[in-house]
Amino acid sequence: MATKEAPRLDLPWKEANPGGIVLDAGNSVTYITGTWRTLRPVRDLEQCTQCLICWIVCPDAAITVKDGKVVGFDYDHCKGCGICAQQCPVNVKKPHAITGEMGKVIQMVPEADFQK
Amino acid sequence: MNQMLEIRWHGRAGQGVVTAGELLGEAAMETGKYFQAFPEYGAERMGAPIKAYTRISDKPIEIHSPILEPDMVIVVNPNLIGVVDLTEGLKPDGIIIINTSQTPQEIRKRLDFKGGQVWCVDASKIALEEIKRDIPSTMMLAVVSKATGIVDLDTIIHLTKERLGGKLRPEVVEANVRALKRAYEECVQG
Amino acid sequence: MVESKYMPLDGANAVSQAMRQINPDVVAAYPITPQTAVVQNFSQYVADGLVDTEFVPVESEHAAMSACVGASAAGARVMTATAANGLALMWEMLYIASGMRLPIVLTVVNRALSSPLNIHCDHSDSMGARDSGWLQLYAETGQEAYDNTIKAIRIAEHPDILLPVMSCQDGFITGHGVERVGILPDEAVQEFVGTYHPKYSLLDTDHPVTMGAWDFTDYYFEHKRQQTEAMNNALPIVKQIFREYEELSGRPQSIVDMWGMDDADYAIIVLASTAGTTRTVAREWRARGIKVGVIKPRVYRPFPAQEIIEAIKNCKAVAVLDRAISFGTPLGAGPLFTDITSALYNEGITGLPVVDYIYGLGGRDTVPPMIESVYQDLQEIAATGERGALVRYLGLRE
Repeated sequence: MATKEAPRLDLPWKEANPGGIVLDAGNSVTYITGTWRTLRPVRDLEQCTQCLICWIVCPDAAITVKDGKVVGFDYDHCKGCGICAQQCPVNVKKPHAITGEMGKVIQMVPEADFQK
Repeated sequence: MNQMLEIRWHGRAGQGVVTAGELLGEAAMETGKYFQAFPEYGAERMGAPIKAYTRISDKPIEIHSPILEPDMVIVVNPNLIGVVDLTEGLKPDGIIIINTSQTPQEIRKRLDFKGGQVWCVDASKIALEEIKRDIPSTMMLAVVSKATGIVDLDTIIHLTKERLGGKLRPEVVEANVRALKRAYEECVQG
Repeated sequence: MVESKYMPLDGANAVSQAMRQINPDVVAAYPITPQTAVVQNFSQYVADGLVDTEFVPVESEHAAMSACVGASAAGARVMTATAANGLALMWEMLYIASGMRLPIVLTVVNRALSSPLNIHCDHSDSMGARDSGWLQLYAETGQEAYDNTIKAIRIAEHPDILLPVMSCQDGFITGHGVERVGILPDEAVQEFVGTYHPKYSLLDTDHPVTMGAWDFTDYYFEHKRQQTEAMNNALPIVKQIFREYEELSGRPQSIVDMWGMDDADYAIIVLASTAGTTRTVAREWRARGIKVGVIKPRVYRPFPAQEIIEAIKNCKAVAVLDRAISFGTPLGAGPLFTDITSALYNEGITGLPVVDYIYGLGGRDTVPPMIESVYQDLQEIAATGERGALVRYLGLRE
């Protein structure tokens, strides 16, 4: 989760940074793009082989890895593009822990299901 | 209609919101009205919240600025509640049309909106069932038709066939038409 | 004050000498007539080890200014040079440089912006760039081109300005014309320009920043407001830097050079080399007892409106000489004329007859009899009370 302060969007002109320079490097972490998602990737962690391909292909660095192992998704920044699910090379051997379906270890489910 | 109808659309980039706004305007034009349809251009990225505007009038429209006090707000993506101020500037007797599986009462509560009308339609569900993709925007037009009568459903169906006919297989076009009819029938006011 | 050493130099070489003494961190440039000598000489200094500059030979002027933008953002002191179509090819990047508030110094050797194809002097190139957010200085002589180049560094880098500066001189007339040019000692120039300490730098990894980022509808306007504020407030700072340079060099430096303007009835306002020709004529007329004067703005952007209005407000008639047409303005007047007349209006001065003379396009010679005809016209306007044609042409075959 973001620890940085989000840039102010309402400063009067005298207080803006000249030339539009951005002084706080890496503040895009404060931009919560996870709300853009209409489909959410879900992983059956038990059946995941930790091949890390999802981590390589994710264009938003939203695969959370700890000590060399995938532990989950950064849902604040995952836009739900589905590349991880598409590229996941591993099929489940028993129904997916979250969706109950056969198919990949990472599957996409409607975000709306999580909002209720 | 003696005055201008001003509509603000809320959705996410890639959902066909802009197209739906244009389609509504075109449908109005078919009946001899004037219209404007324009998006608020931003950093267009799939999924980013976007706004679009549609104006419909019996007279030529001269104003060229975003709509600040809409008569109607159409919310294509329910997960924008709490993310965007959906009722900003909405007239007290205005209309909200929202794609949701919730009831008008639940939506009124979530948006803290007491006046006007709230129309709910589970357009995403209909879209997934009929078109097999979550592209609910044009279905909102069917609800606009039912709520206001400003355009009739047949015109919307006719235009949808015209727009999609050249690009998509006949069965997909038919699926879109079925979805429109279902949205018209299944939407509820409260 | 320090003594200058006098050398026979053409205007381009005078600029190269200034660049050698400034010893900028980066120069990225592409050759184009009549600027070529500036870069050619300077690249020789680089090859000879006389400067520490990273010289970036590029494939176009667009690339030249792009490289300057990158280097300046990285915190370097950056210079380049161009002319005419080369300046036109830089256009896009001119706005990037000023919008990012990068203190780049560009020396322009003015040349007609074709077509029909022409490589000789007029101001159509830099005048087109007058709204690009760059400060503009115009030099009458090779000496002034040298002096302005050095001052430009200090002006651009001043923390309250932080805008790029375009230092212009007339192609061929001064650019290729050899004159006696006083060169300050290297150390004096080094001391005058000092060391550039950028507030922000892309290479300052301890304080990482982002420059040139996407600026949406929510901030672009505010940044442009800041930019125009910096330009609006620049003149007093420019004046101060000119004054400091005057003390250093002993050469008079004012942002607007006035000749005979204390009591002039008839004034001509003109930029760059033709100011000298005009003054030559004015001296003769003064000797005959006619009160004529000459105004030469050394700074054109920001426009020194107050200084000019103050000088001309008691004149009987005024002529502006424009070496460029601002096509489509009322009657096709030039940019200097429209600036001056709008300034007069803003000051509530409406009774003063002011006429515009387009002159010297594409290197057409402007000779003393033409200037005399202008003063004669002004006398006639004052005598008859008839202003006559607003825009006239000097040296055009009728």
